[in-house]
Amino acid sequence: MSKINVPLGPQHPGLKEPINFGLVLEGEQVDKATVNLGYNHRGVEKAAEERTYIQDIYLIERVCGICSHSHTTCYITCVEEIAKAEIPERAKAIRVIVAELERVHSHLLWLGIAAYEIGFDTLFMYVWRDREHVLDCLELVAGNRVHYAINTLGGVRRDITPEIKAELLKRIDVLEARTKYYTTLATEETTVLARTQNVGVLPRDLAIKLGACGPTTRASGVARDVRKDEPYLIYDKLDFKLITADTCDVFGRVVVRVLETVESCKIIRQVLNYLPEGPISIKVPWKVPEGEAVNRYEAPRGEDIHYVKGNGTDKPERVKVRAPTLANYHAVPHMLQGGWMADVPLVIAAIDPCMSCSDRALVTDKAAASSAVWSWEEMRRNGIEFYRRRGVDFSKVTLK
Amino acid sequence: MKKKIPGRALGEAVRQLFRKPATSAYPFAKAKLQPKFRGRIAFEQEKCIGCKMCVRVCPAKAIDIILSAEQPAAPAPVEGQTTPPAKKKFDCIMNLDRCIYCAQCVEVCPKKALLSTDDFELAQLDRKALRRHYK
Amino acid sequence: MAIENILLALFYALIFPGIWFLATYGMTLEWVDRKLGAVLQNRVGPPWYQPLADFIKLVSKEVIIPKACDNVMFRNLPYFAVAGVTAAMMMIPVWNGALFSFEGDLIAVIYLLTIPTATFFLAGWSSTSPYSAIGSMRVLTQLFAYEVPLMLALIGPAILAGSWNITAISEHFARHPAYMPAQLAGFLVALLALQGKLERLPFDIPHAKTEIVGGQFTEYTGRLLAFFNMAVSMEMVVGAALLNAVFLGGGLGLTGTGAFALFMLKTLGVVLLLVVLRVLMARIRIEQMINFCWQILAPLAMAQIVFDIFLRIKLG
Repeated sequence: MSKINVPLGPQHPGLKEPINFGLVLEGEQVDKATVNLGYNHRGVEKAAEERTYIQDIYLIERVCGICSHSHTTCYITCVEEIAKAEIPERAKAIRVIVAELERVHSHLLWLGIAAYEIGFDTLFMYVWRDREHVLDCLELVAGNRVHYAINTLGGVRRDITPEIKAELLKRIDVLEARTKYYTTLATEETTVLARTQNVGVLPRDLAIKLGACGPTTRASGVARDVRKDEPYLIYDKLDFKLITADTCDVFGRVVVRVLETVESCKIIRQVLNYLPEGPISIKVPWKVPEGEAVNRYEAPRGEDIHYVKGNGTDKPERVKVRAPTLANYHAVPHMLQGGWMADVPLVIAAIDPCMSCSDRALVTDKAAASSAVWSWEEMRRNGIEFYRRRGVDFSKVTLK
Repeated sequence: MKKKIPGRALGEAVRQLFRKPATSAYPFAKAKLQPKFRGRIAFEQEKCIGCKMCVRVCPAKAIDIILSAEQPAAPAPVEGQTTPPAKKKFDCIMNLDRCIYCAQCVEVCPKKALLSTDDFELAQLDRKALRRHYK
Repeated sequence: MAIENILLALFYALIFPGIWFLATYGMTLEWVDRKLGAVLQNRVGPPWYQPLADFIKLVSKEVIIPKACDNVMFRNLPYFAVAGVTAAMMMIPVWNGALFSFEGDLIAVIYLLTIPTATFFLAGWSSTSPYSAIGSMRVLTQLFAYEVPLMLALIGPAILAGSWNITAISEHFARHPAYMPAQLAGFLVALLALQGKLERLPFDIPHAKTEIVGGQFTEYTGRLLAFFNMAVSMEMVVGAALLNAVFLGGGLGLTGTGAFALFMLKTLGVVLLLVVLRVLMARIRIEQMINFCWQILAPLAMAQIVFDIFLRIKLG
């Protein structure tokens, strides 16, 4: 049978964000798949150098809507490490509460999206209805449903009052009960099992070799979680299980994420009962001394790495973000090959892709056979040339 | 975890027949907000001293503090005492299309002249209507 | 029933039980499907005029035709789908009798109901886009999966009634209502096969939105898409009416308006079952559907046929 090239993306009903997968199909089977990134590149790392550390919190937060707290916490712990600031214990506890609430939110959102990809609209509607509980919790704690902005340089901005604590405990109980129901539904419904078992298989050694992280690799039996390997904030004081599965397929990823949601509910309850008295932030001078720091964080999608370099002013010298999805992309062509066309959207969704987190611009020059990352100046010059050729007047613009 | 039941969600689905729909009828019903929701920023002119800390700290360059068009007159001179200078009045220009409602300006204001309201229905058809001039 | 003059023939074809009746009742059933599905998912659902509003809106939109496609086929296929479905309805009893009733009209109806599926395949094929090509192949593959179980399931009651005439089958069950519960297996097979013919979850594989955008309908817009959607709604009426006549006894002995009211009630019941099926399941893959239809549905239908032969010989 002849092979046809089917482009999946950048615009496709099965994708949440723009990404392109070039599929080569033989009938209904996927012969080859290539990943093409770059549609969501916004120059965040370069823009971070022009803003102060506090303004950068809000910029880094907008790298991704669902893992916004992961990015800000990872970034601000780097800055606090350079500034040698010890934040109070209560602030660490509140950061953990918001982090685990974000994990619950992200995994519930993912379950709904995965159900939508396999056509199970009913489960999608039920899960997203219950997701409103965790969004209300986050609105109560932080003032907004997404982009919580709870972090500041030196701690957190809002405190958890006893009323908020009582409301959170009530809603967490509801969420835990609902998540347990969705576990039974997802693992016992015949059609869901038919669509998720033996689909998108990633063997254990391949998962380690390709550097996959998060639930994608934990479903292949690799027991890797930054909260256990290198505990940050107050995770070393908390009692929770590291969830792995050994089926190496999408079914394993479903099971890992749903059980992790239940674990997160338990963690939130533990921290709410542990919440120590004390201030919620300390004053840190805005001019951060010279130095550099690297920090890892377990985002809902995997290991998030941030690097910050300070140069003594109130603006960072360099900020580098390595989002977890960038590590998981390499595993996707291996998971798609030999599978069915119908499984492609589900396998892509199973790594919980966050394209906003992971796009960078790489310019390859075919003539000179070289590739280089463009600087801000070069990008700006290229943009101005592009529009000058189309007749836009740039006489009032000066290049620095 | 190994049993396979087709139509496992039947019990749950039938239960929904007796529940109210989870859809909120916004905009025909009011939206339910949690307390201390971060909405539009409001400005209290009496408290502002024009230090412009909010302008410096805003991540989105959304706020600006300018001198008011009319300034209050200097207080009447008193015999034998130096007259204090006139208290200046400041206006606040807020660009709602740039504001990200992070409330960083609220936090940093030394005189608590800015506060977060829970007003979020701010969409306009005309771009110019989003530039609010608070006096 | 002899047709006296051309006006009466046009009335039957265009108004009742032809296009107008099928369209109106089809839109009503589509609304019931969407509303009940929404309530089962804890949502509000659309108002009663939504299917009509959708049709009017689609008809008023611009028709965009890909340059590389076969113009004649692309433009005319939706009307063939509507025509095939309307022709099938002529032979199914809507009150206690059908418009055209003859020995062997069961086979004629099954044949006429494959015409819409053939138009879907040709629609996808003539669109020349990769998504519609995959969709059209899936339409044909799905046809080979559900068609045989559907035919086998319909043959069972035909053997029991001793006739290939749909009206005669329904009258037979009206006279001996005790035979109806014995057809349960065949009814279930026919219900699932009908779900496959109508391309509804769990068998909406050809136009799977999250996998291949629109499947065979990807390139269709405007009034062409409106008439394809209309053909699918009409197919639901025809399928439910067929199941009603063959398995549920049709008029059940009543005549005139009583039988017609009973017809509406029972087809509504069949559609309610289809809605529950749609709400509870995820979409399966095409090769899983073929395995399911050939390994489970077809043997079940064969068992029902054997049971019906046994019943006919033993009880006459």
